[in-house]
Amino acid sequence: MVPTNYYVILSAILFGLGVFAFIFKRNVITIFMSIELMLNAVNLAFVAFSQALGKLDGQVFVLFVIVVAAAEAAVGLGIIILIARNRQTLNVERVDLLKL
Amino acid sequence: MHSLFATKDDLYITLAKVCVLLFVVLTVNAYLTWFERKVVAHIQSRWGPHRVGPHGLLQPLADGLKFFFKEDPTPAGVDKFVYHLAPLLALALALTSIALIPFGPDPIRWHGHDIYLGIAPLNLNVGILALFAITALGVYGVALAGWSSNSKYPLLGGLRSSAQMISYELTLTMSVVGVLLMAGSFNLRDIIDAQARHPERGILGWNVWPQILGFFCFFTAAVAETNRVPFDLPEAESELVAGFHTEYASFKFAMFFIAEYTSMITVSCLCTIMFFGGWLSPFPASWTFTHYLPSVILIPSGLWVIMDGFHYETLFGRIVLPGIGTAITALGLALIVLPHQYNEFIQAPFWFLSKVLLFLFVYVWMRGTLPRFRYDQLMAFGWKLLLPASIVNVILTSFVILAKMQWGHP
Amino acid sequence: MTAPLLVFFLLAALAVIGAVSLILQKHPIHSALSLIVVMVALAGLYLLMGAEFVAAVQIIVYGGAIMVLFVFVIMLLNAGVEEHTSLSKLAGPPGLLLVVALAAFVAATIAKSGAGVQAAAQTGALSSTKGISEMVFKDFVYPFELTSFLILVAILGAVVLAQREKS
Repeated sequence: MVPTNYYVILSAILFGLGVFAFIFKRNVITIFMSIELMLNAVNLAFVAFSQALGKLDGQVFVLFVIVVAAAEAAVGLGIIILIARNRQTLNVERVDLLKL
Repeated sequence: MHSLFATKDDLYITLAKVCVLLFVVLTVNAYLTWFERKVVAHIQSRWGPHRVGPHGLLQPLADGLKFFFKEDPTPAGVDKFVYHLAPLLALALALTSIALIPFGPDPIRWHGHDIYLGIAPLNLNVGILALFAITALGVYGVALAGWSSNSKYPLLGGLRSSAQMISYELTLTMSVVGVLLMAGSFNLRDIIDAQARHPERGILGWNVWPQILGFFCFFTAAVAETNRVPFDLPEAESELVAGFHTEYASFKFAMFFIAEYTSMITVSCLCTIMFFGGWLSPFPASWTFTHYLPSVILIPSGLWVIMDGFHYETLFGRIVLPGIGTAITALGLALIVLPHQYNEFIQAPFWFLSKVLLFLFVYVWMRGTLPRFRYDQLMAFGWKLLLPASIVNVILTSFVILAKMQWGHP
Repeated sequence: MTAPLLVFFLLAALAVIGAVSLILQKHPIHSALSLIVVMVALAGLYLLMGAEFVAAVQIIVYGGAIMVLFVFVIMLLNAGVEEHTSLSKLAGPPGLLLVVALAAFVAATIAKSGAGVQAAAQTGALSSTKGISEMVFKDFVYPFELTSFLILVAILGAVVLAQREKS
């Protein structure tokens, strides 16, 4: 068996990389993807602890997280399409005006 | 998961099975193209391929050689990595999904090992989910091929395919829920066993009768998932000049081709397993005389091939066709003459293959008959008709199961 | 080194490489592909832990639906290579610092309380699918209904957003 520590540390690393991508990337879509990366990292920790504690709550939570991520993707990508349509750019630095 | 390979022998057996399945699938693929061209040709009152070999039987070989020796250009301005990755991805995923299909119930005993037909482990508890997972990834092959080609028509094809796949995957998944509720398991073997609960009913015990709505939703969605007529919008020849694979030539094109035909076979296997009783015989278990049906079919068709071969125009055909016919007849005779256990063993694969062939024929038949959907019709059909129908099927099935549990019918 | 540990390190390396590649790639499609690699690697890790159902759902929903939606939008908007201004390059070093601090903090916390967690890690695989369904439809039925409501709202929101204004 793989110790639960390993999974949690991997989860921490992935979450950190997600945070870094969120700060560093400039394309709205990629920024959105880094949020998904963070959610995935959290899911890994959930499943690891669920397995370690011998309870299924963690796995049920992962399902909820996935569902929420799907809802978020639908709305978020709708907003991104609107941004691209109105500003002709996907770079977040060029989307800094409240009014056109 | 960890006990996948208990011993080294198991590892070798699995490797051998992979090789055999790969060979069989690729050969069947090749002859599926021949079968398709012949059937479509006869639907359209043509002869189909008949130049290479007797009845065009060597045509797949010639096509294969052609794919190998054509020039393989990489168009300018493509995204090289993704352009080369896309066909590999499509082929790999298609071949992986067929590895999860079980082909027969009983193991072959060989030097103390039980060798089951099919590569997937017996206790693969998420069988059908794993298959859907692999199919779900299959869309990337098409979408990425379209995007990376740096060309208008492929891009449109890629866009169409990703939208189409997302839409029809919902129906595909919802429509099997009824079957899963009835079987109480994701395991493909359990699903077939659940249809054999009443062996005296034979064909009437199959899932297709209580799940007729689910079956139509599933088959339609599956045809859409495999990008076949009438849902072949991603590669529509007449509008998009072959769509996502316009810029692919030679072996990379062949990879898409093989991937598409392999997923056709997978879908036919799945339909057979989920709705048509897998390897179960359509006759009640007490009718043991039907066990001679394989021989009864094989011997006359073998004799017919021999007769046909004697009149063939070319000398090559006059030698080869009677040879094939003799082999088929001999196989049919052997099943009668040899000890009973061989005949028993052949039953399951025989029925499984017959049903799969039937579905492949339906695929080709549809290609020869139906016109292509328009894009808006495709979306409206998927979202407004198929998806609600599959949800209604789930609700009806669960109510019936609940009622049976409440009032205690077996 | 035992076989599961080896598989773990392989998949973990794949996941980390995918995540790093998400950051380094310039084109959004390449970033999306990297993220898909991460997700498939995570699904493999779930399988390793015996959480088969979650692994399948991870690939079907994340890999097969959400990421396809991303790829679709990238293709639809014809997103080009990302451009970086001097301001955004400035965000790199502090961000890296933050990430290292975060990872170190989590690692330290685990190292402090790790013994207890590690000891319990031997329960073995649970029969997950049935147990999960019982929990979702019995213990978590209100959250479940709430999520379905959330999805409904999200669908409506997406439709309203994507609708072209009548002019």
